[in-house]
Amino acid sequence: MTTTLAKEAAVETVSSTAQTRPATSPRRHIKHALVLARRNLIKTMRTPEQLIDVTLQPIIFLLLFVYVFGGAISGGSRHDYLQFLLPGLLAQGIAMGSIALGQNLNADIEKGVFDRFRALPIARLAPLVGAVLADFFRYVILCLIYVGFGYLMGFRATTNPAGAVAAILLSVAFALCFCWISLWVGLKVRTPGAVQGVMFLLIFPLSFGSNTFVETSTMPGWLQAFVKVNPISHLVEAVRGLMLGGPVTRDLLWTFGWMAGLLALFVPLALRAYKRRS
Amino acid sequence: MSYAIEAEALTKRFGETTALAGIDLAAREGSVLGVLGPNGAGKTTAVRILATLLRADSGRAKVAGYDVASQPQQVRQQIGLTGQFASVDEDLTGTQNLVMIGQLLDLPTHTAKRRAAELLEWFDLAAAADRVAKTYSGGMRRRLDLAASLVGRPAIVFLDEPTTGLDPAKREAMWDVVRRLVTDGSTVLLTTQYLEEADALADEITVIDRGRVIAHDTPLGLKRKVGGQRLTVRPTDPDRLDDVRVILGAVSDKPAEGGGRDALSVAVTGDQAMAATVARLHAADISVTELSLHLPSLDEVFFTLTGQRTDADEEDAA
Repeated sequence: MTTTLAKEAAVETVSSTAQTRPATSPRRHIKHALVLARRNLIKTMRTPEQLIDVTLQPIIFLLLFVYVFGGAISGGSRHDYLQFLLPGLLAQGIAMGSIALGQNLNADIEKGVFDRFRALPIARLAPLVGAVLADFFRYVILCLIYVGFGYLMGFRATTNPAGAVAAILLSVAFALCFCWISLWVGLKVRTPGAVQGVMFLLIFPLSFGSNTFVETSTMPGWLQAFVKVNPISHLVEAVRGLMLGGPVTRDLLWTFGWMAGLLALFVPLALRAYKRRS
Repeated sequence: MSYAIEAEALTKRFGETTALAGIDLAAREGSVLGVLGPNGAGKTTAVRILATLLRADSGRAKVAGYDVASQPQQVRQQIGLTGQFASVDEDLTGTQNLVMIGQLLDLPTHTAKRRAAELLEWFDLAAAADRVAKTYSGGMRRRLDLAASLVGRPAIVFLDEPTTGLDPAKREAMWDVVRRLVTDGSTVLLTTQYLEEADALADEITVIDRGRVIAHDTPLGLKRKVGGQRLTVRPTDPDRLDDVRVILGAVSDKPAEGGGRDALSVAVTGDQAMAATVARLHAADISVTELSLHLPSLDEVFFTLTGQRTDADEEDAA
């Protein structure tokens, strides 16, 4: 090291790079977010076990729920239950898939990578948006696994291919809004394990207290009231409508409303937590 | 602008703990400011405030002429940060880490790649450039951390305990890097627990303890205050300690004190004390297991300045 030092001493000069940087512009922010998204993707490629929750877990859920409950629900027809269940499991998978995002962010804080980013002259939002963009691929994988493995088990979209594609796009779009909750939690709690704990507290009531597994009409009235405002229920109904037919407009509007609401609430909350976290 | 870093009366509390109780820091452009203190003195908190990662409760600070509280983005464009806290991503390779930071600093990709290669070469990491940082040794990690903070050729570099835990050879190499940064015109703020390190690198040293500045001086001035070098003698036979005390009393005008178990140590000035001691020990036929000339330890510095021992068990707040 010492020899290189002397040799290259002339190369190194403090230049005016800092002063000539372009002013703040949206294009620059997008580029930063993409650079940071790429970092998250490299990390995922290097540790593929991080994809278990969007690959093996959906397969296990499909098998378990269809073969354990399928005979008892839907009048004994496993095929009917699969048709009913798959859109629901897709929504549940999206909610659960978001947990990893908050956990990874929390691990970044713990390891100090986060402070490195915060000391750089980039937008505060860039590391968060970067993480969400990288998660896009995980949600696409999740949807393809559910629909693909479901197909092998006998699931069929009865509307048309465009409806099925729209259902997947809607699910991924919803996921990109829902995952801001996980980011916020990841910034608020102290350990990655706690992210999972808090998110489970939220996701279990949302995914089981919905029309995911059984018809809403079988539940007591007070629970029905919750199910009817639950964002997961509306996403599930919209996906069912798009894949299996039936009215979708109302549930689509509810879903879009929830997506906007989630962003409006949790993006500022996450940003505030990011600024304050020290 | 003559000061690259100027902080006045910074305070910071974490709950019940006062991390900073009003400290002033100043570093001239192109100089090295050494901030010397034990764990828990508030060194890291001060660096985090100056690097815009933390807001002070009161007081104000300017870095490169910009206010850290109201102009953080301008400050961030001028600084590089290496510390116990700001770290590289261990799942990325050395090259990927540095290129990513270059891109985030708006360097065109080819420039970012060239800069990364240049830094990896400089820090003797070229052979490990395509290895994941997780596989690096402690010293390599530290060098990559430092390289990461230099990608944007920052005018001001914060080094928070850059050599803690490094072996002496690696420490020397790190010192060379710091000296080169200054040759290139950067201003460096370096925190350390070693007077030896601050003495070797800093133009001025600020000593802090429990969130307060307890001394600020040049290395020479500080050494004058704390007694400069110390000579420690440990006789093989502990029964000869009294004879050693007499000898040390003769080579110094200060009284000898306990320098650890069965050893005595005394503040000395000039180059003759060591030779004189050796001669007298030989004449008195006293064999020794230790005979050393060294700068006072942090503990001794603090004892001289405050009359109290450092509380070494106390963890650095935040």
